[in-house]
Amino acid sequence: MRKISSRLISDLTAELFIRANYELGEDVLEALRKAREEEISPVGRRVLETILENAHLAAREKLPICQDCGTAVVFLEVGQDVHITDGNLTGAINEGVRRAYREGFLRKSIVACPFSARHNTGDNTPAVIHTEIVPGEHVRISVLPKGGGAENMSRLGMLLPSAGKEGIIDFVVRAVDGAGSNPCPPLILGVGIGGTAEKAMLMAKHALLRKVGEPSPEKEDAELECELRLRINALGIGPMGYGGCITALAVHVESFPTHIAALPVAVNFQCHAARHREAVL
Amino acid sequence: MAKRLLLPLTEEKVKELKAGDELLLSGTIYVARDAAHRRMTAALEEGSPLPFDIRDQTVYYMGPSPAPPGRKIGAAGPTTSSRMDIYTPRLLAAGLRGMIGKGERSPEVKEAMKKYRAVYFGAIGGAGALLSRAIVRVEVIAYDDLGPEAVMRLEVKDFPVTVINDIYGGDLYEDGKRRYRTLRL
Repeated sequence: MRKISSRLISDLTAELFIRANYELGEDVLEALRKAREEEISPVGRRVLETILENAHLAAREKLPICQDCGTAVVFLEVGQDVHITDGNLTGAINEGVRRAYREGFLRKSIVACPFSARHNTGDNTPAVIHTEIVPGEHVRISVLPKGGGAENMSRLGMLLPSAGKEGIIDFVVRAVDGAGSNPCPPLILGVGIGGTAEKAMLMAKHALLRKVGEPSPEKEDAELECELRLRINALGIGPMGYGGCITALAVHVESFPTHIAALPVAVNFQCHAARHREAVL
Repeated sequence: MAKRLLLPLTEEKVKELKAGDELLLSGTIYVARDAAHRRMTAALEEGSPLPFDIRDQTVYYMGPSPAPPGRKIGAAGPTTSSRMDIYTPRLLAAGLRGMIGKGERSPEVKEAMKKYRAVYFGAIGGAGALLSRAIVRVEVIAYDDLGPEAVMRLEVKDFPVTVINDIYGGDLYEDGKRRYRTLRL
């Protein structure tokens, strides 16, 4: 049994959210540089150049990359032999979020009473937390400040099993086409296939934590990622929707067994400001 | 090469703009997004005055991050414009001449832009740090209870935008897709 103080979890959460909002990861920067080389549209290349310049400026001057500092999405992996001391885990994460958004001058974008008063909670809490209990005695914290514009384009399809792989490709490609310039392309697309409705969407979101462009370890999923990316990039939407051949920087697929009657597919959109950070305690 | 354009816009200036033009805007723009649009259109319905004279003005759909010490504003990039679509024709009818945001507009807004001779500019979403450098003065002028959604008056210098929709029905998003699309759905 290992004891981990909730204070340590708050500190780390705060640090991760501030860092994620100021500094794009090397994986994202590399994907953007590669896209700048590959883009055939001159306007598209200029957009990618601006995006890279913005990322460097934000990191240097400690400014948020984007004014939409997102919903604070947190994926936790908690070892079953860990005992959290000095308070509760959810409280610790929210305390970290509160501190990051205040001390880091990040925008607070969360409103309570979503279909009525919509009043700002003032500190960007509550975080959206997904916890998985795993073997071991570590805690892994992955943070994903998730912008509203891209999230709004998410789609869930409960396809017929007979739709098969082609049906999935058609659903995802149409979702991207319909979203157009709204989600701030070039995108990273998280695609969850199988499970149940909520499992599919959770996989789609979880897929965004992967290093950008790293293929799925599952051969079949990795092949689907390539095929989806080719078709999406043939849509012509391009960087910021100004036209071009790079609409998706990457497609990340996760899959799971499903019911004999079902073929759920979920698409979660990530804008080019793909902010994610993780650390292990 | 981007052309420089001084604000406020006029009908004459707008006539010269074509979808795809890259511009550097200088002058005054007004910031308003979701909640502010709701209040402004409600004010028009009631016959109450708007927080600023909207004729020939340009509205920027944006909600900045807080200004760190020593800065006028935090990151300040555009938000998705389509959420403002249901309010926009009313504001265009009242004289609004330009809009800055990102993402497609509804057919109703595009029609109203042609009718009232107004343009829609795209700014690069997710480039909030860079765009904040073009903002030289910031003043909250109304609805400060809305926090990041308050109405602000900004002075900008060489603020980079691209014309998405012009008054002739030109649409950069449509043109771009047509030029680079190799997939039939």
